[in-house]
Amino acid sequence: MRTIFFILQKEFLQVFRNRSMLPIIFVVPVVQLLVLAFAANYEIRNLSVDVVDHDGSTWSRQLRDKLLSSGYFTLHRQSYSQQEAFEDLEANRADLILTIPPHFERDLVRENEATVQLLVNAINGSKAGLAYGYAANIIGRFNRQVRMDWLALDEDDGPEHIDITYRYWYNPTLNYKFFMVPGILVVLVTLIGAFLSGMNIVKEKEIGTIEQLNVTPIRKHHFIIGKLLPFWIIALFELAFGLAVGKLVFSLPFEGNIAWVFLFAAVYLLVMLGLGLLISTFTETQQQSMFITWFFLIIFILMSGLFTPIESMPAWAQQLTLVNPVAYFVKVIRMVMQKGSGWADIQHYFGIMLLMAAAVNSVAIWNYRKTV
Amino acid sequence: MSKAIITRNLTKRFGDFIATNAITFDVEQGEIFGFLGANGAGKTTAMRMLCGLLKPSSGEATVAGFNIFTQTEQVKRRIGYMSQKFSLYEDLTVKENIRFYGGIYGLSHQQIKSKTEELLGKLQLQQEAGQLVSSLPLGWKQKLSFSIAVLHNPSIVFLDEPTGGVDPITRRQFWDLIYEAADRGVTIFVTTHYMDEAEYCNRISIMVDGKIKALDTPAKLKEQYQAASMNDVFLQLARAKPGENNSSS
Repeated sequence: MRTIFFILQKEFLQVFRNRSMLPIIFVVPVVQLLVLAFAANYEIRNLSVDVVDHDGSTWSRQLRDKLLSSGYFTLHRQSYSQQEAFEDLEANRADLILTIPPHFERDLVRENEATVQLLVNAINGSKAGLAYGYAANIIGRFNRQVRMDWLALDEDDGPEHIDITYRYWYNPTLNYKFFMVPGILVVLVTLIGAFLSGMNIVKEKEIGTIEQLNVTPIRKHHFIIGKLLPFWIIALFELAFGLAVGKLVFSLPFEGNIAWVFLFAAVYLLVMLGLGLLISTFTETQQQSMFITWFFLIIFILMSGLFTPIESMPAWAQQLTLVNPVAYFVKVIRMVMQKGSGWADIQHYFGIMLLMAAAVNSVAIWNYRKTV
Repeated sequence: MSKAIITRNLTKRFGDFIATNAITFDVEQGEIFGFLGANGAGKTTAMRMLCGLLKPSSGEATVAGFNIFTQTEQVKRRIGYMSQKFSLYEDLTVKENIRFYGGIYGLSHQQIKSKTEELLGKLQLQQEAGQLVSSLPLGWKQKLSFSIAVLHNPSIVFLDEPTGGVDPITRRQFWDLIYEAADRGVTIFVTTHYMDEAEYCNRISIMVDGKIKALDTPAKLKEQYQAASMNDVFLQLARAKPGENNSSS
């Protein structure tokens, strides 16, 4: 025990004496939280649209105004030339083109139907899908309104349609940040856990002090505990700090008992620290350790369901997420914070995390050797 | 006097390469034992095996009476080690380094306190006690490094090229520290490239290509090779093509 105390004392002295460490601990999370929470947003606004109005009638103008007043679209160019609009689309200046053909109004009145054309830039498929969806929805509504108001059909006589009433559960205002901020916190905690711990051990190899330690009677587990505990503490502090920032800045909901988040994080961090330790056992420089850690983390994070739902991944990828610790933590933190889940709901994931922690750390400790 | 180190046919292979080839020697308790050889001759490998940092491929050895195959932890309690690479923490102060190493060797707080004062006084580092080690000149760092390596009163201390890159005056002072430790009965096992330092040793061994080619007191070696200085002895041995010289160990 005394040995661990001396190692901890040394580690904390070194961590807080490192000039880049305090900014990493305090500034980076705040910046990431603030920037990412606003940027990682799937709601698409400000799509730029070119309107080619060959009709120039009252109704064609009304259709255009409906589109622009929706808040999703901004007018990039209003023209009579299809060619100009194509050029805008090609040069990426416009996201979509709405072409209203000549005699739009006349056809609508006389023949009871008219066509418009939507061209969507689909380099980014999901953005294009949303753009089309928004536009089609608006045009559809315009269509109904026209039929009712201008063709003088009364409500009862009007075309039948089903009215859907809806409620969004667990995030009634569809505030995207409530969904993203907890996930981003997971990433922050993960970075501290996996990166800093691994690099810290490899640093001792790099500067040669590990050799000095290896000739001392330090016990393997004392060394490992002394090395990992500081980052366990720092990462949990980071989580608390990030939650506080989230509460203050984004009014993050805390539906469930936050203690479950911390309990889960405590075990989750053991997995990440173990991963850092494991990587440090077979790398010689901080650079190597960083690249390897990054390799794992980028896969873990992209496949965690943080940015894209796991349910929409192909089956084999969904299988892979079963061994992805980040996916579990993202899921649990969202469950507890947004849905108010308690122990009964998370115990299964907690058990998996315990197993992972035991597995990763056994391999890491087995692989760490004082004597080569 | 008992033997501090005993090795019998100690060998380390890295794949096909034999770094240390069946070396056999004894080191007496309290002796200053010089371990010489050209770069790549296998000195560091041999030393790392004796310190328990490297598992030998074959052979036998005991350090301070403990087997280096099976009792590495007991060995580690009784040895001090100072590597080629400076290995104190540059981002800790002089005092913090002493406290840390004292602590992990199991000294009590009281012992650490008194040892710290004794050590700072001896090295005249009282003024610098609160400074980061990175701000000290190399020579001072090396002296501090040595003092910390013997902080826990080891019976043997291993020094791997302790004076590399240090000016002659500081080297002299460094050797004063070594003599002082030897007077207290600490066995010194030292590798060096400086032939003047070789002369300070009680006995020296010279390694060439993984084998010990010569082992005796400096005076006897000079006599045997009819050389004016240790430098000549070393050059004769190290330059000889493998196989030309008979092993004299």
